Order: sequence, then structure tokens, then C-alpha cells
Amino acid sequence: MNEQQQTLWEFMQQQSDKLLTQTLQHIGLTFVSLFIAVLIGLPLGIFITRKKNFSGPVLGIASILQTVPSIALLGFMIPLLGIGAKPAIVALLLYALLPIIRNTYTGITGVDAAVKEAATAMGMSKWQILFKVELPLAMPVIFAGIRTATVITVGVATLASYIAAGGLGEFIFGGISLNNTNMILAGAIPAALLAIIFDFLLSRLHKLNIKKLRTVTIDLPLLLLVLSSLYFIPSAYGTKLKAGFTPEFMGRQDGNLGLISKYGLKIQTLVINDAVMYKAAYEKQLDVISGYSTDGRLKAYDLVVLDDDKKIFPPYYAAPIVRENSLKKFALLEKILNLLAGKINDSTMTALNYKTDYLHQSPERVAKDFLVANKLWKPARNGNDGIVRIGSKIFGEQYILASIYSMLIKGYTNYDTSTKTGLGGTKICFDALTNDQIDFYPEYTGTGLLAILQPSPKTIDSLTHSKDETYNYVQKEFEKKYKIKWLKPIGFNNAYALMMRKKQAKGLNIKTISNLKRYLDR
Amino acid sequence: MIKVQKLSKHFGKVKAVDEISFEVKEHENLILLGTSGCGKTTTLKMINRLIEPSAGNIFIDSKNIFEQSPETLRRGIGYVLQNNGLFPHYTVAENIAIVPQLLKWDKKRTEKRVAELLEKLHLTKDYLNVYPNELSGGQQQRIGLARALVADPAVLLMDEPFGALDNVTRSKIHAEFKALDELKRKTIIMVTHDVQEAFELGDHICLMDQGKIIQDGTPADLLFNPKNSFVKEFLQEQKLQLEFKAIKLNQLSRPLKGEAEKGVGQKVNNISADVSFWSVLEHFKFDGVDELNVIDKENNETWSANFEELMSAFYQYKKQQFHE
Ligand SMILES: Nc1ncnc2c1ncn2[C@@H]1O[C@H](COP(=O)(O)OP(=O)(O)OP(=O)(O)O)[C@@H](O)[C@H]1O
Ligand SMILES: [Mg+2]
Repeated sequence: MNEQQQTLWEFMQQQSDKLLTQTLQHIGLTFVSLFIAVLIGLPLGIFITRKKNFSGPVLGIASILQTVPSIALLGFMIPLLGIGAKPAIVALLLYALLPIIRNTYTGITGVDAAVKEAATAMGMSKWQILFKVELPLAMPVIFAGIRTATVITVGVATLASYIAAGGLGEFIFGGISLNNTNMILAGAIPAALLAIIFDFLLSRLHKLNIKKLRTVTIDLPLLLLVLSSLYFIPSAYGTKLKAGFTPEFMGRQDGNLGLISKYGLKIQTLVINDAVMYKAAYEKQLDVISGYSTDGRLKAYDLVVLDDDKKIFPPYYAAPIVRENSLKKFALLEKILNLLAGKINDSTMTALNYKTDYLHQSPERVAKDFLVANKLWKPARNGNDGIVRIGSKIFGEQYILASIYSMLIKGYTNYDTSTKTGLGGTKICFDALTNDQIDFYPEYTGTGLLAILQPSPKTIDSLTHSKDETYNYVQKEFEKKYKIKWLKPIGFNNAYALMMRKKQAKGLNIKTISNLKRYLDR
Repeated sequence: MIKVQKLSKHFGKVKAVDEISFEVKEHENLILLGTSGCGKTTTLKMINRLIEPSAGNIFIDSKNIFEQSPETLRRGIGYVLQNNGLFPHYTVAENIAIVPQLLKWDKKRTEKRVAELLEKLHLTKDYLNVYPNELSGGQQQRIGLARALVADPAVLLMDEPFGALDNVTRSKIHAEFKALDELKRKTIIMVTHDVQEAFELGDHICLMDQGKIIQDGTPADLLFNPKNSFVKEFLQEQKLQLEFKAIKLNQLSRPLKGEAEKGVGQKVNNISADVSFWSVLEHFKFDGVDELNVIDKENNETWSANFEELMSAFYQYKKQQFHE
């Protein structure tokens, strides 16, 4: 525990520059959004107290907005506003709107009717009544609304890093994908502290007496404005092209760090979430993105993979890995599984993924269509000779592979199959295999090397430039350590890749990462 | 001063006010009296246009009020609400100064006027910076009155101003109300459902029922010449007390001087002839006087009488009223 705290502290010190920028960005982002939300929400709240017919629809729409999942809302924003600060601020302010509108409305309608009547009877105009009577009396309720909105915004602002708007989310989500607890905490703790501090400060305002509240009402917009100005888009250097990388890619040696050290790539980089990155590239918000080479979105968004000519991305060739005991038990299994060897290359796999992810076809249908087209399909036999248990991780590509294998086994042998799809990540799937819960599942050479075997960095370095050496190494080690056999590779390499829009890459004549670097340096 | 002509207000099918007409002379105190829901508040609010009438006309100082902007009209009319409607976020001083602020008085003038009113209403300066929720109901009511009076409007509208007070506080405020010189210069329309209050404070009463005025006259008119059984029944319950309040000393014929001479140690109070017989009784009861010196300014004469003499004059007057 003690050691953990120390290292967290060390991490924060070491990253203090980044931490400060992110914290300031976070505060700025929160208050820009909040400021605009108040500018819109307050008048809107007042408006619906005057035109009660509108109160239902306005409050209804604001409530619905709040139930839209944040990541979806951010996704909607990209075609309209691109990526970066603008869509993030708009999304945040939409979340902040409801409590502000609602509390303004209830605050003002809650003002004692006798007091309003007295004001009217003394000859106050509508505006005088609003500013001298209704707003001051509704102020505590309105403040409570702003307070709620602030806390919501501080929380949701962590998601701004999904669309390259910065903030503490960069650490949080980077840490999650890199499985780096210190990084997660370095983002999460300041974010939580901000929420607590702002909530506390606003609760103090809330308790001030009416007299002081009047001065606060004047000072608050100013304060909001100052805090808002903390937000600036970090653009250390602008380049001809703009890159968007996932937080995970940013922190990895076989990712952005390698791009810098091995290729000397210098490109303006934004941190962005995987879910919106491809779309942002398609919308021309980004030019270069990090992705996986068989992702269906590659086809959906008309992107092209740049050749990794210096081989910094380790190979991730897929192959079924099988328990040796199972191979003995099911004598025909190895032969059947090898039917698929070399049959699926990168673009074929991308196309299959595209069918499930974008055309929403079922993995079974995609599997059958594929086998039929390749003349491998045979109808199922009786299945009397025992059950082969197939595992798969929890994403589309693995579902398709599992289905293909299942159909092959049933069609070519008398074995039956049971598929355990959705076994979470690598760890769960691999544990299931070693503990005899499944007989085989499709694994990737890079994963076997980096996530399961985890040899010394030196060994890794010596292997990863070559697909064959990596395959041979994991095959040998798995056999020795786990009595698990790597069968022949299926053919495709689902590795990290840099990608660009096809048209742009062609226009600029960029085919490899070295081409890209040369273009940028020119 | 105030002339109301065929005024009506309909809320959907409810005829809250149904073609009523009445007139209030300058410096007169008109009471709108009636049971709950008979349209008193609606009538009152039409006079400062808090409610726009369905039909009819209202003139103040022979000017049609619907030809002025409502804000200007209202700034010239004091309005006291049933539950005071003080601004909870304003101090007492700020509450009273609302209308001067709207009229853009300078600060000195406002301060002076606020101080003056507080004194007249028997509130010390300590209350200036206090918020309404720290005041008693009676004090709040007085601030409400001060707020309505501050710009010295010629017209004052009051909606059950003393409704929320207990009996003791109410009679105390009634006394202050009658003594306040500011109010004597005003034309007042006051709403109440309390018959005693109406008789005590009104020069002139409109008894209403279901949106219509049933009878319009002085307290004595209503009491001794009721127009119909509704009026009679409305006043029946507390008749004697009302009679004491309705009859003023100067209406009595001067009592015959009895045997009693002014003896040593006798207590004598001076009293003005235009007070009600009720006040006479209060003098005998609370001050323990033996005889009253009645000063009749109108006829420029003074006379005196003791309790027995005054009571017999009172009964004689009553007898006359019923014989007429
Ligand atoms: N805004 C309104 N909408 C509909 N009906 C109304 C409205 N205001 C008053 N009324 C109706 O008009 C009638 C007269 O109401 P008003 O308030 O004038 O009575 P009131 O004599 O002042 O009664 P109270 O002594 O209880 O205050 C009542 O029947 C009431 O229900
Ligand atoms: Mg009323």
C-alpha cells in the first residue's frame, strides 16, 4: 500500500506538467460549458415561466438530452462540429442545461404570489419585477441548480478526452487501457477533488445571507469567465497533418513512443477515443489515426493502412491455440482447424468484420457465407463423437472465427461443438484454456508474446521485427510452459497500424510511415 | 373622487362582479363588506387594474383609469394586501422605499419620509435594517401600511388589512388607524368581512352578495333602514354593538341635564362630538370617568353629560329611527 502511494506520488511529480495542463483544461472546460449553459439556461428558464405552454416541451427535451449516453452525444457532435473543444463544450453544456433550466423555473414559479402581486400593485414593470423580486428570491434555488450542473459537468468533462478536447480524462482513459493504476489515479483523484471543492464552494454561496448574495450574483459571472479562460487548446506545434491516437497507443513503446523514437515522426497529436476516432478521420477532422489493421471500420470509412516499413508494431498473426490433451482426445481436430490456415488475409478479415460491425449480420451468417464462397462448407453431420469446446474473446472478429471453426468441425467430423463466446479479455480466455474449460480459441502472436509470456524487453525487441520469429518463439514457449500448441496461422495480422483516408494518402503519395514522415518534414 | 360604473368581471361562467356602481367622495372611507366569495377582492383589484374588468368604467378624479398606463396608475394608488406581501429579501427600510425608488426620489427625501412614517406608526428606528420575517404579524401589517402610504397617494386600497390579526392587536391598530392624520387626507376603499370593523372604520359601506351591491349607505342607514331581509340578517347577530358604533354623539339630541352636580373628585374627560357612541362607552368603562365634556366643533358648542344621561339619549335616538 505504502509503496503504491509512493509510486503514485512519483508518477504525479514526474508528470506534473501534464497533470497541471490537464487540470487547468478540465477546470476551463467545465466552466466554459457552465458559463454558456447559464447564459442559455437562465433566460430559457425565465421564458418558460412566462409562456407556461413551453415549459413541458422545454423541460422534456432537456431531460431527454440528459439521458443520452455521453459517448453517443459526443459521437453525434463530430459531423456537426468536428472534434476538439467545440463539440466537447456543446455536449457538456447540454448536460448542464437541465438542472439550470429546471431550477430557474421552479425557483421563479415558487416566489410567493402575494409578493409578486404587491410588486405589481406598486407599479413595478414586468422587468423590474423580474430583476428586483423574482430573480433575487429564486436565487438560492437557481444556485442549487448551478451547483448540480457543476458537479455533473466536472464528471462528464473526463469524457472530453474521447474527442481530443483534453482534460483529466486523458490520464484516466489512458491508464485504463494501459492497465496503469497510477495513471488512472493521477487523473481520477484530481477530478474527484475538483468536484468536491466546487460543490463545497457553491454550497457556501448557497448559505450566504440575502445581502451578500446580491454581490455574489454580480461577481459570479466574472469568476466563471476567469475560470473559463483557463481553457486553451494545447497546440504545441501545428503540422500539415493532424493525428488522433487512442490513450493506449499514446503510452506504448510499440505505439506513439516507437513512432517518435524509431521513425522520428513529428505530428500534431490529439488524444481521442477509439469509438469516435475512425469517424473523425472520415469527417476529415483527423488525417492520421492509430487503429487495428483488420477493423471493419477501415472499410466502412474508406481508410488505408500505412505500411510499417521499420516494423515497430509487433506482429499479431491469428492462429488457433489448442490444449495438447485435446489434440489427443480429438484426433481429427488439428487437421480440421488447419483447413483455415492461410485462408484469410487482412482485407478479407476486414471485410468480414465490416459485415458484422456495420451491416449487422450475425457472425453465423458471415461465417457460413465465407465458407460457402471458399467451397469449404459442408452440412453438419451427426455429432456423436464428443463435444469440442470453442472459446472466443468478446469482440466481433473472434465470434466470426469461432463460428467458422464450429461449422468446419461439425461438417467434417462426427464431433459436436459448444461455443463459449464472450470470455472477456485475454486473461480470462487463456485461464479458461489452461484450466480445461475450453479446448481451443483463436489467439494473436503479439498477445501471446507481450500479454502472456512477457519476456524481457530485450527479447521482445529482438523478435518483433519478424513475423516468423515471433510465431516460432511463442510456439516453442507455449508448448514448454503450458502444453498448448499453436496451429498454423490463419493468415491475417490484426496489429496496430497507422491509417489515413484512401483518397488523401493517394493524393499525397503516402504508402508507408516513412513516406508520411518525409512528407511532414518537407 | 372615485366613480365606478356598471363594473363587471366574469371568470368563465362565474359572475364574480356583476354590474356594480358606486361612488367614493374625497377623504371618505368606503368599506366593501360581504361574505367570502362575494367579489370584494375582485372589485378592489379592478381599481388598480390588477384585474382587467369584463365591462364597465372607473374614473379617479374624473380621469378614466383605462386611458393611463397601469404602472403610472398604480404608483399613484396605495395598496395594502391581506397577507402584507412584503419583500422577504428587502429590509424594512427598503420595503417602505420601493415606490420612492420607482419614482426616483433622491436618497435624503426617501430617508426622511421613511423615518417620519415609522414614527407615526410607532416603530423605532431599530427596525429599519430588520427583515420582515423577524417582525410580528402586527408589525408587518404596519410596514405594509407604511409602504402603501410612503408616496402620499390620494387613494388607498386595502384588502382585509387587519384580517390576520388577533382581536386585541386589531382593536389597537384600529385605534391607531383612526388617529393617523395621514389617513384623514385619503380616499380609502377597504375590504372586510368583519361587520364590526366595517362599522368602526367606515364612513360608508357597500354590502355585497354574489357580485352585486345589496345596499350602499352609512352604517346607520344599513342598521336602521335595511333594504331587505338579507341586510337585516347580515347585521342581526351583533346588533347592539353595531348600534353603538353606528351612532355618533352629534346625532343625539342633547340630553336634559339631570340633578347630578359636578362634585369634588369627579373625573371628567373631553371628547369630540364626531366620535361614535362606542367610544363613549370605552371612556366610561376603561378610564372610569364620571362625566364627559362633549366638544361640538361644527356647532361651536360644548356640553356635558354622565353615563345615565347619555344612555337615555341613545335609546331615544333609536326609538326615533324605528318610528320613522
Ligand atoms: N382568477 C380567478 N379565476 C376564476 N374565478 C375566480 C378568480 N378569482 C376569483 N374568482 C371567483 O370570483 C368570485 C369572487 O372572488 P373574490 O376573490 O373577489 O371574493 P372575495 O369577496 O374577495 O372573497 P374573500 O372574502 O374570501 O376574499 C369567487 O367565486 C371566486 O371563486
Ligand atoms: Mg378577498
